[in-house]
Amino acid sequence: MEQLIIFIKKEFKHVFRDNKTLLMLFGLPIAQIILFGFALTNEIKNSKIVVCDYAQDISSIQITERIASSKNFEIKKTIFDKEQIEESFREGDVKLVVVFPANFHKDLNHFNTAQIQVIADASDPNTASTLTSYINNIVRGYQQELNMTSMGSIKIVPEIRMLYNPELKGSTNFVPGVMALVLLLVCVLMTSVSIVKEKEKGTMEILLVSPMNPFTVIIAKAVPYFFLSLVNLTLILLMSIYLLDMPMNGSMVLLYFVSSILILCALSLGLLISNVTETQESAMLITLMGMLLPVIMFSGFMFPLENMPVPLQVISNIVPSKWYYIIVKSIMIKGLGIMSIWKEVLILSLMTSGLLIVSLKNFNIRLQ
Amino acid sequence: MQDLIVNNVSKSFNKGKVKALVDVSFSVEKGELFGIIGPDGAGKTTLFRILTTLLLADEGMATVNGSDVIIDYKAIRNNVGYMPGKFSLYQDLTVEENLVFFASIFNTTVEENYKLIEDIYVQLEPFKNRRAGKLSGGMKQKLALCCALIHRPAVLFLDEPTTGVDAVSRKEFWEMLKRLKKEGITILVSTPYMDEANLCERIALIQKGEILSIDTPNNITEQYPDKLLAVKSDNMSLLLKDLRKNENVKSAFSFGEYHHISFVDGFKNDPMQSDLFGANNHTNISMKPIAATVEDCFIHLMSKHEVNGN
Repeated sequence: MEQLIIFIKKEFKHVFRDNKTLLMLFGLPIAQIILFGFALTNEIKNSKIVVCDYAQDISSIQITERIASSKNFEIKKTIFDKEQIEESFREGDVKLVVVFPANFHKDLNHFNTAQIQVIADASDPNTASTLTSYINNIVRGYQQELNMTSMGSIKIVPEIRMLYNPELKGSTNFVPGVMALVLLLVCVLMTSVSIVKEKEKGTMEILLVSPMNPFTVIIAKAVPYFFLSLVNLTLILLMSIYLLDMPMNGSMVLLYFVSSILILCALSLGLLISNVTETQESAMLITLMGMLLPVIMFSGFMFPLENMPVPLQVISNIVPSKWYYIIVKSIMIKGLGIMSIWKEVLILSLMTSGLLIVSLKNFNIRLQ
Repeated sequence: MQDLIVNNVSKSFNKGKVKALVDVSFSVEKGELFGIIGPDGAGKTTLFRILTTLLLADEGMATVNGSDVIIDYKAIRNNVGYMPGKFSLYQDLTVEENLVFFASIFNTTVEENYKLIEDIYVQLEPFKNRRAGKLSGGMKQKLALCCALIHRPAVLFLDEPTTGVDAVSRKEFWEMLKRLKKEGITILVSTPYMDEANLCERIALIQKGEILSIDTPNNITEQYPDKLLAVKSDNMSLLLKDLRKNENVKSAFSFGEYHHISFVDGFKNDPMQSDLFGANNHTNISMKPIAATVEDCFIHLMSKHEVNGN
């Protein structure tokens, strides 16, 4: 026991004395959260648009003001001639043009209906459809207000409600995925590299030629990284909730419990990788190649699994992060309890124990 | 009593393509300082790894301190000290932290066996808060030796402990080994430096995984069959070429500032008077008869072995 404690202390010293490891441990998650949370969201901010206003009446100006005050749009200029529309698009950075016909306000008052034309640059269809829906939301909001005040029956556009995510916020989809990615990546990387480092530096030879049980070595390696990963998890959660406005509707205890299972799973994977590699570089390479791609591809947070060919959907079942992603979404966004997610938790636990057994069995008590 | 017995051990790598050890047998007495002498790639490290239970031999068996290296590997791991060829301590831990760590994984404390390492550790003490990676080569080896000794092992395995260490530190290191021998610790040490062979009680010369000879250094050098001369002149590389061209010269090798040459059987003339140097005019020639060193013997045995082998 004393052996184990002094070994664990030694591991912590390794971590805190190596800036590279510290950077990997805490810099990587922060960078990824910020990257995925802000840079790579579906949400589109500050798109340049042009307003073509033939009406120039109170209604058109009020709508234009609302568009301008939205963080999604930045009105580049207001034009008064249709001929200039195409010209604006050719300038390149304009994504969308809103056209108010002449007599816009009058039409609204007299016929209770009026048209507004939205022309989007569809060379990027996703962006175009997202931006149009933003405009729709703004216009619909305006309509509702008019209906309330003027008692009129202005035609109401069918409402599209975004379940769990009314503002089309991107981070709710990404954060659970990034959590899975970061925990797996960092944890697997740390464990495999720290064990392979002992092999590479030759200290493993001395450890093996000692009375120490090889499993003590493994436990001593696992304990520090387990706790550091929990610290990491806390960091990610704090950033997600306070920086990316991620909701936290479920039980924190449950979330930590499930995350602990995923961390154990990652530790086993790291051990498995360290069994088959000889240098830190190859351990890193295998981890990055073997973790990054499957996690991004098959977790479901980047590419919807439902759209994939059936063989790929089947493969996705063996990716632990897919199950973790489902669980975290259920806990954080939907606020579900263990009764609703016990199946996924069970699958994740079974995977973890399987990996743990395989990696412990493969651990070499000699050099070859 | 024999502390170390190696019987017909063979080991190959890459599915038999590279033969690291071929039918190696020897034994080491309790408390003996035994040297394994051979160049890089001779199989020294493989041998050490088999004896420290890190590798399994393809054939043959070995016992260390009465325990079989395969069946009783755990017993051996309890009783031996091992210092690998590469500096294998934690470079980011301090001198003291390394020592405390290794003492604890061997279930002991620094205080318990401090007497054994005292001589060595006093030299390290001024640097005890320095990280091991920042020590000089000689200091690193001293620390590694301390760590290998901290549990008072019965048998000590030192794989090339003086490689990459300066001459003064090398000398000090061997003096330490002599003191440890007095404590009754059996020491198996390997080195590529032939001049260190004389510091061992018995040596095994090893080349390409085969043992060429096992004896005391004196017996080995006495068995050198030929007369040996040391020659030098102003142009040493030309001299070596000319000597090798001469049909009376059996072998000529460069040894520091001299070339060592031996003659073919039946060459009875006084070499001092013979014309050995061909047409080139060598200036400042000096020549003297010398006794064979371990290295001369090694080269002799090696070439003899190769002739027999072919």
